[in-house]
Amino acid sequence: MASQVNGVDLRVSIGTLSLRNPVMTASGTFGYAREFMPYVNLHRLGAVVVKGISLEPRSGNPPPRIVETSAGMLNAIGLENVGVERFISDKMASLQGIPVPVFVNILGDTLDEYKEIAARLAGVQGVSGIEVNISCPNVKKGGVAFGTVPEMAAAVTSAVKAESTVPVVVKLSPNVTDISAIARSVEDAGADAVSLINTLIGMAIDSRSRRPRLANVIGGLSGPAIKPVALRMVYQVAQAVSIPVIGIGGIETAEDVVEFMLAGATAVQIGTANFVNPRASEDAVEGLAHYVAEQKLGSVRELIGGLILP
Amino acid sequence: MSQFQEKTQIIRIERFASDIVRLTLDSPDITSLAQPGQFVMVRTGNSNDPLLRRPFSISQTSNGKHFQILFKVVGRGTSLLAHCREGEYLSILGPLGQGFRVDCQRTHCLVGGGMGIAPLLFLGKYLSRKCTSNPPLVILGARTREELDPLVNDFNELGLSVHSATDDGTLGHHGLVTDVLKGLDLGPNCQAYVCGPHPMMAAVHLLCKDRGYACQVSMETSMACGMGACLGCIVPVERGGYAHACCDGPVFDAKELLWQVK
Ligand SMILES: Cc1cc2nc3c(=O)[nH]c(=O)nc-3n(C[C@H](O)[C@H](O)[C@H](O)COP(=O)(O)OP(=O)(O)OC[C@H]3O[C@@H](n4cnc5c(N)ncnc54)[C@H](O)[C@@H]3O)c2cc1C
Ligand SMILES: Cc1cc2nc3c(=O)[nH]c(=O)nc-3n(C[C@H](O)[C@H](O)[C@H](O)COP(=O)(O)O)c2cc1C
Ligand code: FES
Repeated sequence: MASQVNGVDLRVSIGTLSLRNPVMTASGTFGYAREFMPYVNLHRLGAVVVKGISLEPRSGNPPPRIVETSAGMLNAIGLENVGVERFISDKMASLQGIPVPVFVNILGDTLDEYKEIAARLAGVQGVSGIEVNISCPNVKKGGVAFGTVPEMAAAVTSAVKAESTVPVVVKLSPNVTDISAIARSVEDAGADAVSLINTLIGMAIDSRSRRPRLANVIGGLSGPAIKPVALRMVYQVAQAVSIPVIGIGGIETAEDVVEFMLAGATAVQIGTANFVNPRASEDAVEGLAHYVAEQKLGSVRELIGGLILP
Repeated sequence: MSQFQEKTQIIRIERFASDIVRLTLDSPDITSLAQPGQFVMVRTGNSNDPLLRRPFSISQTSNGKHFQILFKVVGRGTSLLAHCREGEYLSILGPLGQGFRVDCQRTHCLVGGGMGIAPLLFLGKYLSRKCTSNPPLVILGARTREELDPLVNDFNELGLSVHSATDDGTLGHHGLVTDVLKGLDLGPNCQAYVCGPHPMMAAVHLLCKDRGYACQVSMETSMACGMGACLGCIVPVERGGYAHACCDGPVFDAKELLWQVK
């Protein structure tokens, strides 16, 4: 099958980085890539985004942390991770061995934390890009999420940008009134691209026990259920900014990838679908190549923003 | 570690009690690598409802080609699985996780409750072949005879005798497996292998701790991926923080876990 699609031009660019194809894996859903090696030919992917890293290790929320909902799931992992030092000493070695660009997703409770992590990652071999998760609460501003206030989102962006030598992608929260406004402010602050959407805040209740299904009570909704919301936000943000937009949210198949690109995405990330089909990302690349060949497109880039309006 | 994502054919369906089903699946790749205590993630349908795979212990393997899962219908996913037909295909990931650790120098005691019996059959078979000088002692509990009988038969076919306990007293002891365990002297060198409802495992752990037996437990948690990626499947551990049931377990040394005994 692969040979039939050879020669199809699937390349896209994010900042100075050129990707073999637009299909990436989403943070927190692909481990450190090594977990997926039995199932996926990693070199077929556009890029890999690893689980969010904070300055200090975090043990995360108590169980239960995940619950299935209609065509989706809620998670309240609580950003469990080994911290930036152990990430570099323990996880980077195997990531350096993988044949695709690696984006490191970072998060913090304060502006300084974001800055320090970015500084610590600067120059580390194997880090091709930074993705900044701004959905986290700003401890110094009373817990308001960085990603919900344009000025705070911009401040995080410029802080990280100032420390980084690689492209910086800012990952937007959908839990806002006007996502385009946030997108414009991070673009102005120097972001090389924006990715969206992170999970939508949701909740599930067990009617029999009268208890919340997650120990954390609320969690982030992901999976096919959120795709229409994600698609709409990608469409709006793509009109508002001129930097590349990376579409995320409920993507399972090559058709979904095409839809996000038509809405304006330059690349996409596959998240929850990796749990259902660990080969989902590679299958999407294959399907996309077929689509491009079948539609006789010169390159996949012709799809970007190619939506035909009524 | 080798794992596979495979389309496996259902070659046999057995129905025990009204809500208990055993599927035999044809999968040489997964079967030949499987260790007792490991599990598989099963896609129960082709749509987005349910979306996520469901975890099931590998309950038995045969002739290097077939493995079985034994499950109770509790919700959407298991209900769909129970309605499958022979000849249909299921998408399976496996074998996953760390199974039971076996040391033939010890005396072995298998303690299973309800669907927790599933992985113990595989372990019983393994022990009776590998540690021939000291066959394991088996204690099984369930709600009622109908549920337990076929499983007791399977252990008997391996040449293992079983102490039974049922909630309604229709087979063996009328009560809990822990009552049965309390009445037995297993010697200081005993290794217990336990799988069942959480309160039962906690009770067996405490009893083992009291008597100086070693105790391994197989933990159930909610799992989205089964392969260490989602970080959803945590269990609290004694030294602080969490372990991940899908890749550090599902089988743990009971001493390493933090037991919240209410
Ligand atoms: C490693 C592992 C091995 C397992 N092995 C077996 C096995 O061999 N046989 C077997 O019958 N079951 C086993 N289980 C449990 C099995 O995975 C669940 O029963 C199944 O996922 C339920 O799916 P459902 O869609 O039918 O139920 P859902 O609709 O998801 O849930 C229905 C009800 O069951 C409860 N439930 C869901 N998942 C679990 C769970 N993991 N543990 C306890 N309660 C749950 C829910 O809270 C809800 O009340 C195992 C679980 C794990 C983690
Ligand atoms: C279990 C889980 C963990 C996640 N962890 C992170 C994370 O650490 N950092 C982050 O920016 N996004 C995280 N996300 C969000 C995803 O990267 C993605 O934005 C979201 O799930 C929507 O995409 P999907 O519908 O394809 O899953 C996580 C999602 C899930 C389901
Ligand atoms: S089930 Fe996903 S990490 Fe264990």
